[in-house]
Amino acid sequence: MYRILHVRQLTPVTRLYLIDAPLIAESARPGQFVILRVDETGERIPVTITDFDRGAGTITIVVQEVGKTTRLLAQLGEGDCIRDVAGPLGSPVNLPDGGRVALVGGGFGTAAILTIARELARRPGVQVDAIVGARTHELLILAREVGAVVDRFLPCTDDGSLGYKGFVTSLLGEKIAAREGYNLVLAVGPMPMMRAVAEVTRTAAIPTLASLDPIMLDGTGMCGACRCRVGGENKFACVDGPFFDAHQVDFAELARRTKMYHYEERLALERFQAQDRATAEPVA
Amino acid sequence: MAMIGHKKQHMPVLAAARRVSSFEEVPLGYTLAMAEHEADRCLQCPDPQCEQGCPVQVPVRDFIGLLAQGRVEDSVRKMKEYNRLPAICGRVCPQEEQCEIQCVLNRSGRHPVAIGRLERFVADWERTNGWVETEPPEPNGQKVAVIGAGPSGLTCAGDLAARGYDVTVFEALHAPGGVLMYGIPEFRLPKAIVEDDVARLEALGVKFVYNVLVGRTLTIDDLMDRMGFGAVFIGTGAGLPRFMKIPGENLGGVYSANEFLTRINLMRAYRFPEYDTPLRMGRRVAVIGAGNTAMDCVRTALRVGAEQGLIVYRRSEHEMSARAEEYEHAVEEGVQFHWLTAPVRILGGEDGWVNGLECVRMELGEPDASGRRSPVAVPGSEFILPVDTVILALGTTPNPILLKATPGLPTNRHGCVVADPATGATTRPGVFAGGDVVTGAATVILAMGAGQKAARGIHEYLSRTPVPV
Ligand SMILES: Cc1cc2nc3c(=O)[nH]c(=O)nc-3n(C[C@H](O)[C@H](O)[C@H](O)COP(=O)(O)OP(=O)(O)OC[C@H]3O[C@@H](n4cnc5c(N)ncnc54)[C@H](O)[C@@H]3O)c2cc1C
Ligand SMILES: Cc1cc2nc3c(=O)[nH]c(=O)nc-3n(C[C@H](O)[C@H](O)[C@H](O)COP(=O)(O)OP(=O)(O)OC[C@H]3O[C@@H](n4cnc5c(N)ncnc54)[C@H](O)[C@@H]3O)c2cc1C
Ligand code: SF4
Ligand code: SF4
Ligand code: FES
Repeated sequence: MYRILHVRQLTPVTRLYLIDAPLIAESARPGQFVILRVDETGERIPVTITDFDRGAGTITIVVQEVGKTTRLLAQLGEGDCIRDVAGPLGSPVNLPDGGRVALVGGGFGTAAILTIARELARRPGVQVDAIVGARTHELLILAREVGAVVDRFLPCTDDGSLGYKGFVTSLLGEKIAAREGYNLVLAVGPMPMMRAVAEVTRTAAIPTLASLDPIMLDGTGMCGACRCRVGGENKFACVDGPFFDAHQVDFAELARRTKMYHYEERLALERFQAQDRATAEPVA
Repeated sequence: MAMIGHKKQHMPVLAAARRVSSFEEVPLGYTLAMAEHEADRCLQCPDPQCEQGCPVQVPVRDFIGLLAQGRVEDSVRKMKEYNRLPAICGRVCPQEEQCEIQCVLNRSGRHPVAIGRLERFVADWERTNGWVETEPPEPNGQKVAVIGAGPSGLTCAGDLAARGYDVTVFEALHAPGGVLMYGIPEFRLPKAIVEDDVARLEALGVKFVYNVLVGRTLTIDDLMDRMGFGAVFIGTGAGLPRFMKIPGENLGGVYSANEFLTRINLMRAYRFPEYDTPLRMGRRVAVIGAGNTAMDCVRTALRVGAEQGLIVYRRSEHEMSARAEEYEHAVEEGVQFHWLTAPVRILGGEDGWVNGLECVRMELGEPDASGRRSPVAVPGSEFILPVDTVILALGTTPNPILLKATPGLPTNRHGCVVADPATGATTRPGVFAGGDVVTGAATVILAMGAGQKAARGIHEYLSRTPVPV
């Protein structure tokens, strides 16, 4: 059992959880994730380690409610326990000691770049731009935390309510066109965004890593559910990833594979919501 | 006086028609009368050959002798001196090639004594009639870590705890058992049995820590240098699935056997949506391979709604490695077998899901250096099997995560850890290994045997090493 020590609502559908998990905190490194199972009948889902504190023995995750499991998690509060949290899983992302790096984040990805930004901040030779996007100002998460550890914090909103008006990829494209060359681009967020980032940087031949989010099961390299085609070869994202060379990833196949259980996911969600309506008081 | 005239007591089984709609165990087990009757057939040989065939040298003659005298509790005790998990072995050992093949009755053309079924009977009797307790051990103050809660790790942990060691088992998944839990289906090995056996180990003082992937969460150096474990046993199995590298392998509806079985056994996808893990099952399923894993997959598929289950195997029936009983049950349940057939590619529709499996017919060629006749493709014999689900049961190799994170642990060219077969010792002092991670995918009883030997090896090692202060 893994106790939730603190919860913070970041947007109406995104929450931050501080979890007591000393073994994971002790060995977590930027780019890694955990697999959690909320309760005894639950599914195992992967979630990025947004932050960790070795001294306090805690990890932080930020979860966006998209389906049954993430909503089930959202019903837990401070003091409640998550049945299982396994990790850190995956390979830590390989970070440079010098040069200019762009961290591109969208959705929960803005949170997921925090550990990476923090690690890069410790490397004096690296200059970091965080280009993070959301539909509107209120949906931009952890802006303060990320902003505090990067050289330039460049928010983008679709409606222009904060920072640049437009997509992160447009701003990234402009920066590249303006010859503010990057030596490395890291993208974490919804797959269409990562795919678009890869297209923008491909022509400029800027090395780019994307954090892939295939469906996972065990997260230990034992099932192959998470296999992704990278450079024509199958890779297990839970072991060799989640970060891969974005220019080599077969995003079309990945997009298809993540939709594999859409029917079942909808079924599970509808059933959950019906039960929820039957038992609980109106959800805020 | 033994009565050798009659045949092996028939094992009552669940009717085939009922099986395919449930996960109930298929063989139902002997009654006491049946068991005593069967035990009576044993000749109580002065030099029991059956025991030579058993990888852990279960005292077959003696446990059966006690059973024949109606002394079931003593029989349980005798068994457990050698085998901590008889309820499991009695169900899943390939007896026909281990103990039973060596039985003198078999050698003289009669049915061998049904050793496995009797073993199961004795173990089940204990489960229903109360646990036969052994003396609690005197703690000796030394700590041992066991990595992996499969049969090798469970056996090693139990044997060490019985010698007074303070044992902690670290398991990557959220449940114990290894393949016993995520691989072998409920209808062959009820999960409650594995859970009970683990509870017995907990009662002996063994601690279980789940969700720890050693190599990521912790390293062996952490365990030994920082956490005070005097020795470590690696029983991480051979869990890495092999794929074929043929076109279409990433289509929807293509599963590794491990994924398919884990969804169903560990995550209980067959009870979706009560359990959250989904599974998309087609109507016609092709399983590639013909080992125990393949039989488990095809028989499971029939139980979760497939109308037709096919086994596709590039060699012939004679080379199949599945246990005889599993093959028989698969035949009874209506599985179709395509022998000497090799997949060439998996075909998919516009929706990205499987809609066929292109195969080629094979012939057995000349025997190779090892004497095995390897199959060769018959040119122009390609044909398409119309299936919508493909399960790859092509074998597994050791998972490299732990091995990569552990310097100074040599592996062979198959990626298996090199360990002394007699003691489990690796080249690193204090680090022992056994089971599938050493041998490659093998059997439950061999893994248990390795755990047992390593427990002895660790005991000897730690008896020589002074306790750190
Ligand atoms: C390496 C990695 C890191 C991730 N980090 C985060 C994070 O930090 N914060 C966050 O909010 N989300 C993260 N995700 C996505 C998260 O795992 C899914 O949103 C979650 O599994 C959805 O579960 P659900 O039951 O709520 O939704 P469902 O309705 O079941 O699924 C919605 C969508 O989520 C994806 N999904 C479903 N099941 C799984 C599964 N078992 N494994 C992977 N994806 C699945 C599918 O694309 C699916 O279409 C990450 C995914 C991966 C692979
Ligand atoms: C579907 C199937 C059916 C089978 N049927 C039979 C049968 O009928 N009869 C028979 O005799 N044999 C059968 N076998 C083979 C038998 O199950 C195995 O040989 C046996 O389980 C091996 O035991 P083990 O202890 O070496 O490893 P495993 O059972 O594989 O257990 C290893 C455990 O270690 C854990 N682990 C792995 N890496 C780590 C790590 N880094 N840190 C922590 N934990 C880790 C795994 O999660 C797992 O729980 C079958 C195998 C399969 C897959
Ligand atoms: S453990 Fe297995 S091989 Fe040994 S006697 Fe029992 S059934 Fe036979
Ligand atoms: S060989 Fe057969 S008959 Fe002889 S002791 Fe063993 S089981 Fe009994
Ligand atoms: S999730 Fe099973 S191998 Fe990656």
